Amino acid sequence: MSQVQGFLDQLGARQPLDAEPSWIAARRQAGAARFEAVGFPGRKDEEWKYTDVSAIARQSFTLADSNELSAEQCDAFSIGIDAYRLVFVDGIFNSSLSDVDALGSDVTVEPLSRALADNHEAVGGQLGRLNNVDFSPFSALNTAFMGEGAVIRIGRRVVLDKPVYLLFVSRHHETPVMSHPRILIDAASQSQVTVIEHYTGDSEAANLTNVVSEVFTGKGAQVVHYRLQEAATSEFHISSLHIEQTRDSHFRSFNLNLGAAIARNDIVAELNDENAVCDYYGLFFGRGRQHMDNHTKVHHNAPRTFSNENYKGILDDRARGVFNGLVHIKRDAQQVRGYQSNANLLLSDRAEIDTKPELLIYADDVQCSHGTTTGQLDEKAIFALRARGIDEAMARGLLTLAFAGEVMESVTLPSIATRIERAVAGKLPDRFNLQDLVEAADA
Amino acid sequence: MLEIKDLHASVDGKIILKGINLTINPGEVHAIMGPNGAGKSTLSAVLAGNDGYEVTQGSITFEGKDLLEMEVEERARAGLLMGFQYPVEIPGVKNVYLLKAALNAQREARGEEEIPAPEFMKLIREKLAYMKMDNSFLQRAVNEGFSGGEKKRNEILQMLVLQPRLALLDEIDSGLDVDAMKVVAEGVNSLRGADRGILMVTHYQRLLDHIVPDVVHVLVDGRVVKSGDKSLALDVEERGYDWLTEGSVA
Repeated sequence: MSQVQGFLDQLGARQPLDAEPSWIAARRQAGAARFEAVGFPGRKDEEWKYTDVSAIARQSFTLADSNELSAEQCDAFSIGIDAYRLVFVDGIFNSSLSDVDALGSDVTVEPLSRALADNHEAVGGQLGRLNNVDFSPFSALNTAFMGEGAVIRIGRRVVLDKPVYLLFVSRHHETPVMSHPRILIDAASQSQVTVIEHYTGDSEAANLTNVVSEVFTGKGAQVVHYRLQEAATSEFHISSLHIEQTRDSHFRSFNLNLGAAIARNDIVAELNDENAVCDYYGLFFGRGRQHMDNHTKVHHNAPRTFSNENYKGILDDRARGVFNGLVHIKRDAQQVRGYQSNANLLLSDRAEIDTKPELLIYADDVQCSHGTTTGQLDEKAIFALRARGIDEAMARGLLTLAFAGEVMESVTLPSIATRIERAVAGKLPDRFNLQDLVEAADA
Repeated sequence: MLEIKDLHASVDGKIILKGINLTINPGEVHAIMGPNGAGKSTLSAVLAGNDGYEVTQGSITFEGKDLLEMEVEERARAGLLMGFQYPVEIPGVKNVYLLKAALNAQREARGEEEIPAPEFMKLIREKLAYMKMDNSFLQRAVNEGFSGGEKKRNEILQMLVLQPRLALLDEIDSGLDVDAMKVVAEGVNSLRGADRGILMVTHYQRLLDHIVPDVVHVLVDGRVVKSGDKSLALDVEERGYDWLTEGSVA
């Protein structure tokens, strides 16, 4: 039995939805056919040159049949944030842990299964429009298993009072499981919303999460998207995030990766009309033998569209990172500004980064720049801190955090910032109480 | 509180310090002067715990403990603080973070609780005002983009917050204009006290008009060739160093 067939065989184990529209079966079949045809990506595939997914292909994943999680466990996994919350356990929706009661009438936050049952036609047009099965073998695989996830719709001019928080908890199983969530975010004109995708779970979990998210922004809409990836270091995390932007819309992505054995994130934005603005912030922090790969693309398809990207990589031990960022400016897309920066910090001699900025510019009146740097901690600065009584570990933590600074300062949700600080700087924030300090200094 | 005995040290195999003896008692302000290459910077570096300097002979005792056995951060926590000639820029680390981390490290070493945020801010504001520094300075990265004078003031600010037992000031006057010199000197003078020692290393007598030392040592070719009161600095200013070495060379 081929590895590919082993994955597709699990389709038989899938729990059918209560009411399945016919189009979804057709799309699943298309996904399965595509995946069967192309198989897992290999190292010869340019898009996967630095990321070996054979550890995923070799594994036999089943589908979870339980969404059990106690409220206490759920609280322990979740970030402390006041939000509209949907909880998924190994990809299965858990309604008792979710809380979207206070939502207004112009807003929908619901599991995909319910959205399909209630009004499948409203979903069918958008689902897969930005991510078709050709995008990557994992997209095809996701499509083959499509059925659960989240649908978020924000009505015209609605400024959502709290973030939407999608919590994906991965549990430990004797035989690892896989899930293929599908997320749809539709922000109508002039609306504003923040969506957090949070991936976490048991520390021994070794599952595959393969998620596809699609974001549609109406005119003047403002969408902030967080991916907080804190999966256990034996997990596999594959994601792709696709954004379609219309006039005057503003999309901001925070792609924060701390976990997984192999993490691969693709982000693709289509800036289709004037004054669309897209910001990508990324931080990846790898230790042990973690492998973290971020592929980002911005397509400036219209004049006067703007993008800004800042990715920071921190790699320790034998961790490996990949950054591949494309800024593409279409023909006649004049007066575009596109900036990209990737800086990497290697904390060990055996850590490794492959960084590849790409500019494809087919217009002549544009402002573009890209820069990439890779370095180590400044030993003189470590000495200077130690000479003030700060121990070496803390000095290193402080300087590592400082390296992440520009990205961290853009993170506007304190509960997320604190988690990242703690992960990156070790014991630092506890002693420091950064938030306390900032407030006291501002007072 | 500080006792240096027969200190020999080398850098890259080259012997720089050739038997230094120096004792600083609580309440005293000492100045070390000397021409270029006399070993002033090496002495500072050995006291601070810089890598790359090898002590080949002799001892340094600080408050009864063997200083040479102490890590850099242990020295600072024990109360020996160095004001650097060239303060390092630390991008991304705000001054307020450094000050709080340093103060808490010191308190922890003494078995005390962390300083509460309001108390900390009150202390910092008071010291900032003393050094004629703006509050906005706290949110700036350590020394990043600072002028020479600002960097030196920052070193003294750290001293005022951390209240060392023994302050070492390495060429604290270099790169200062007259006004900055006054502010720095006032800061240092405010540190003077019955149970605190200060050791200044300087090229110029000028600093000693502002911070008047109790004892002046002249360092030439790795040895203290003469010690005296503040008038020795004036003699050096007037006559140079040659008259001090003529006798000892023979």
